[in-house]
Amino acid sequence: MSARKILVPLAAMVVFLALWELLVWVMGWPNYKMASPSDLIPAFQRYWGLFLEMGWQTLWRTVVGLLLAVVFGVALGMIMGFSRTMRDALYPLLVGFNAVPKATVVPIVALMFVGWHDFNTVLIAFMISFFPIAVSVSIGLSTLEPEYRDILRSLGASQATIFWKIALPKTLPEFFGALKVSVTLAFIGTNLMEIVSPHGRGLGALFDSGKTNSDYPLMFAVLIALAFLGIVLYYIVVALERIFAGWADRTV
Amino acid sequence: MTDDPLIDIRGVRHTFRTASGPLKVLDGLDLSVPEGGFVAVVGPSGCGKSTLTRLVAGLMIPDEGAVRVHGAPVTGPRSNVGMAFQNPVLLEWRSILDNVLLPLEIVPTKLSKPEREARARRLLALVGLEGFENKRPSELSGGMKQRASLCRALIHQPEVLILDEPFGALDAFTREDLWQTMHRVKEEEPFTGVLITHDLRESIFLADRVVVLSGRPARTQFTLEVPDTGRRTLDHLYTPEAAEMLNTLRHQIEIAQGRAPAAQAAE
Repeated sequence: MSARKILVPLAAMVVFLALWELLVWVMGWPNYKMASPSDLIPAFQRYWGLFLEMGWQTLWRTVVGLLLAVVFGVALGMIMGFSRTMRDALYPLLVGFNAVPKATVVPIVALMFVGWHDFNTVLIAFMISFFPIAVSVSIGLSTLEPEYRDILRSLGASQATIFWKIALPKTLPEFFGALKVSVTLAFIGTNLMEIVSPHGRGLGALFDSGKTNSDYPLMFAVLIALAFLGIVLYYIVVALERIFAGWADRTV
Repeated sequence: MTDDPLIDIRGVRHTFRTASGPLKVLDGLDLSVPEGGFVAVVGPSGCGKSTLTRLVAGLMIPDEGAVRVHGAPVTGPRSNVGMAFQNPVLLEWRSILDNVLLPLEIVPTKLSKPEREARARRLLALVGLEGFENKRPSELSGGMKQRASLCRALIHQPEVLILDEPFGALDAFTREDLWQTMHRVKEEEPFTGVLITHDLRESIFLADRVVVLSGRPARTQFTLEVPDTGRRTLDHLYTPEAAEMLNTLRHQIEIAQGRAPAAQAAE
């Protein structure tokens, strides 16, 4: 069962890489049009030290941005979930904020906090990823059936007890659903800043240097490295979900 | 029935302030339940029956009139109430046993942990859920969830059990099964109960007094005493006496719905 769970996606990846290689070979594309997987191996071999260093920078800044998004998103979601007035007041603001393409915010933030490379990168990762968390928590809390509250309230339970015993656990499946979206969004945020902001840190900067040196296999190798990190973070979230909200999964 | 009621509701009036203006839901509600009594409340849909349960539970304070339990006015939630609704609202992340134990995490109790568990297991066995203690709510049928919800409402030995259409969403056979379970539970775990229901047969089978509320705004329109016939079985529902009671209640409901002239109520 567990071997199957690993082998099936692994086989899918091998098939994908083989098709990619085949496509480039059949079309006879040169490197600068599209690198093939076999071109990436030398790129990784040559720069593996850089990949480790830059990959780590990208990873930790993404994770910090995501953690901030979780704290802020949950707090905002709680405020909007419990208070109708706050929900009415904040929703349009939040939607408007989310609708602004973050690519346009990146240069502004880069100028505002010029020199604070870690900070502005974390900030963009945070800004791009808190929205789904806030919305899901607020919806989870505001759609709690009144009977759940009444069962505990009639026993004299405080609002805090109701939150910890019922509202919070009941919202966890929605929260993790949103976190899966946010984790990939946070990566996008980190990389946007790394590519735009000229500080030479993170996988985004490595991508940028590949571009300036016309090292196309390096650029594709960065994309693969990003995808790999994204997959790792995503499955960490899935593992957390299984631990804390596994009860919501009806398929097992 | 004694003259000293456990639950005493006198002249209760209440108006909700809604977005579309004030909505008068209760207008002269009188109801009393003696200790150990079981009163069923029937009435047209939306007449304010659920508001009544919230009053007794202390979740709401009426604009006017008094709600007393043991002679003391109800001013807020007290821990001596157990509630069960049409929606069993079990917590999906807990086992059935832990769901039943939930009230004891809030209400102060002298019972030790093993004693609590033993009590929960005994209640579950009483309603026929032996062997399901470690299941998740999603693994249970609707009727079984309702049985578990009943155990949760009783675990802390509440003085007052409030049942708000608990069997409303069940099929007819399951419902009748649960009616019999209720009688068994009441023998083993005596309680004073208020049952909100739409089912007239259910009201005369379970309760010893049936109160008919008028349409909104609700007031007490009619009270029927169900004679004590000892241990009730489903056969009791098919006697001429039962047929007469059901007829009387049905007629009262028609009046409450405004479908029969009130003058006939006097006959």
